[in-house]
Amino acid sequence: MSRYSQGSLIVSSSPHILDNITTTRIMLDVIIALTPAFIMSGVIFGPRAILLTVTCVAACVAFEAAFRYITKKDNTITDLSAVVTGMLLSFNLPANLPYWMAIIGCFVAIVIVKQLFGGIGQNFANPAITARIVLLVSFATPMTTWPLPKQVMEAADAVTGPTPLGILNMGTGLEAIPSNMDMFLGFIGGSLGETSTIALLIGGIYLLARKVIEPAIPVAFIGTVFIIALITGQDPIFHICAGGVMLGAFFMATDYSTSPLTTPGRIIFGIGCGLLTMIIRLYGSYPEGVSFAILLMNILTPHIDSLSRRALYGVMKRGEEK
Amino acid sequence: MRVSKHLPAIHVEHNKNTMNCPTEKMPIPDKVYVSMVQHIGAPCQPKVAVGDLVKVGQVIGDSDAYVSAPIHSGVSGKVTAIETTMTSMGIWDPIVTIVLDKKQEVVEGLAPPVVTDKDSFLKAVRDSGLVGLGGAAFPTHVKFNPKNLDEVDTLIINGAECEPYITSDYRAMLEDTDYIIGGIKNTMKYLGIKRCIIAIEENKAPAIKLLRDLLKDSPEIEVMELRSLYPQGAERVLIYEATGRVMPLGKLPADIGAIVSNITSIITLEKYLQTGMPLVAKRITVDGTAVRTPKNVEVLIGTPINEIIEFCGGYKRVPRKILMGGPMMGRAIYDDGTPLIKNNNAILAFDKEWAEFPKETACINCGRCVKACPLHLMPTSIFKAYDKKDIETLKKLKVPLCMECGCCSYVCPAKKQLSFINRLAKQLVQEGGKK
Repeated sequence: MSRYSQGSLIVSSSPHILDNITTTRIMLDVIIALTPAFIMSGVIFGPRAILLTVTCVAACVAFEAAFRYITKKDNTITDLSAVVTGMLLSFNLPANLPYWMAIIGCFVAIVIVKQLFGGIGQNFANPAITARIVLLVSFATPMTTWPLPKQVMEAADAVTGPTPLGILNMGTGLEAIPSNMDMFLGFIGGSLGETSTIALLIGGIYLLARKVIEPAIPVAFIGTVFIIALITGQDPIFHICAGGVMLGAFFMATDYSTSPLTTPGRIIFGIGCGLLTMIIRLYGSYPEGVSFAILLMNILTPHIDSLSRRALYGVMKRGEEK
Repeated sequence: MRVSKHLPAIHVEHNKNTMNCPTEKMPIPDKVYVSMVQHIGAPCQPKVAVGDLVKVGQVIGDSDAYVSAPIHSGVSGKVTAIETTMTSMGIWDPIVTIVLDKKQEVVEGLAPPVVTDKDSFLKAVRDSGLVGLGGAAFPTHVKFNPKNLDEVDTLIINGAECEPYITSDYRAMLEDTDYIIGGIKNTMKYLGIKRCIIAIEENKAPAIKLLRDLLKDSPEIEVMELRSLYPQGAERVLIYEATGRVMPLGKLPADIGAIVSNITSIITLEKYLQTGMPLVAKRITVDGTAVRTPKNVEVLIGTPINEIIEFCGGYKRVPRKILMGGPMMGRAIYDDGTPLIKNNNAILAFDKEWAEFPKETACINCGRCVKACPLHLMPTSIFKAYDKKDIETLKKLKVPLCMECGCCSYVCPAKKQLSFINRLAKQLVQEGGKK
């Protein structure tokens, strides 16, 4: 009779089966969810938008590989998180931004925000959001020169114009605000990946269906924006379709490492994002506030986590036993 | 207060391949190796010596300690060796080797016990050698005799069988149905418990129907359907699902008015009450990717695992991992010559492809483990605190509550061994508390 013993048999701690979910699979799902918006960016802003996204993705992957190589750590590019960061960053940029500026953004996102803090899962702020803010304050003019749909390609001095929120912020020429249908489809000025509400919604629903994200953050975020717009007498549909709310709520605020762990915490986080977005939009000097709102809430995440700890089984809130 | 009707649970592929395999009785082997450590509590001392002749049903190991249960021989033959070896639990353990004479003579005076009241009932439970057969192996006579028995109003029979692959409890429910009902009625009668809930996962519909039909006229015994999720059969979870009662850390089920018993334990008890034959054989599921013909088998305790697998057609592929118990909480053994013990309910052998795990990657803080934990623990925070050896935080995180069900490790996309880290953290808290 054959005998199998020490050496040929693996001894390990239970459980002995694992779910087939992996970090790579989660990131792949996010990439799939971002694809409709990626395609729409090409339709709306032309090939320049596609090229900018490809540049960002390539730069992010290259920076990550280089950093891991130089610091002699395991190469982590196969987890695809750098691809996601690259896509999200480019989605937050105007389609005609010079490539070298975008690459600086990628350096900030991957090297400074993500890798210097220890790599995936360790960063306290969303890399793409932080990089966008760094670019915004460093290169204010190119970062706020928005090409208008389909006009990027036509001439060297492409026609540019304000975003719908920009028009609102200036308070004049309000008749230039596009129709809700144009805003829903995305044929408006803005960052290349944030304009098409429908494409982002499809992606968001895919993420929810795949259980990559749970509804808490997007629902709380969008819901808060909607309610505040209603209270202040603005058009709520306009506010959720304009600017980066859809992209932010489904793809940026839901970033695992920078959002709370528990569902109640995530609801608080989403409400905070929506509240700050609307305060900046309505009372701040910037026309758009999604990035700042998410960044500020990222910083509050550890505190939200410790405040929203679940009541343990058999233990009351204050640590007393039932 | 009951906040929600259910505790968190996860979906694990059931893989109950052997549901429709009636139990086959394995022929008696040539030799059996009976371990003296088959329960939680004080280990048994051998009550036989090398050269002794033993018969079926004879006590071969016992202990004077209260938390213990005797060990009986399931065979007749001659004791040829008593040696100390390392068991799969990692402790040194005397093993009594018996060479069978193949006559299977029953020991003189083996007869049904005389049970008239609670004390004689509890004595019978101890004499039957019964331990918790769901896996914990806690001596049943101790469990049935809590200090506050008068406060116990519910007997919960655990027929959840939430571990993947295992179907031995299900086969027991179909094949030994009468013993279940008899055992429950006797237990309720002698312990003075008014109500009984038989909790079965809904993926065992035929067993639920069968028991419901037979219990039509017994309103005090309820058959309850559990969701087919893991870990419905864990004691804390089961009590909550069945009664809504919460069992705090450090309390026993009796403190909240319940006694939980595995369904196979009840069957074994009733068999002893009717025939006087103690626990010497066990119905187990043999399955896994390396086993040629998965089966349910009735095997004598002490039979080496490789012989059981041989009875099931042998290995189909080279095994890389062999488990005693289910894949979520079972124990990986390092030698397939290890003998079967009382609380085994499955032997699973898996090939290389299945046994090797992908590499661990960094935690991405996704919160899946937090959502999966049935007891609302935060495994990701626990492993970060354990990394820092931060005992204070570990205490705050209530890591001793962890029942090691494995849900957190199962759902982790970074493939972190969270359940294992919880185990280490529990140990750290325990040792840290002593200093």
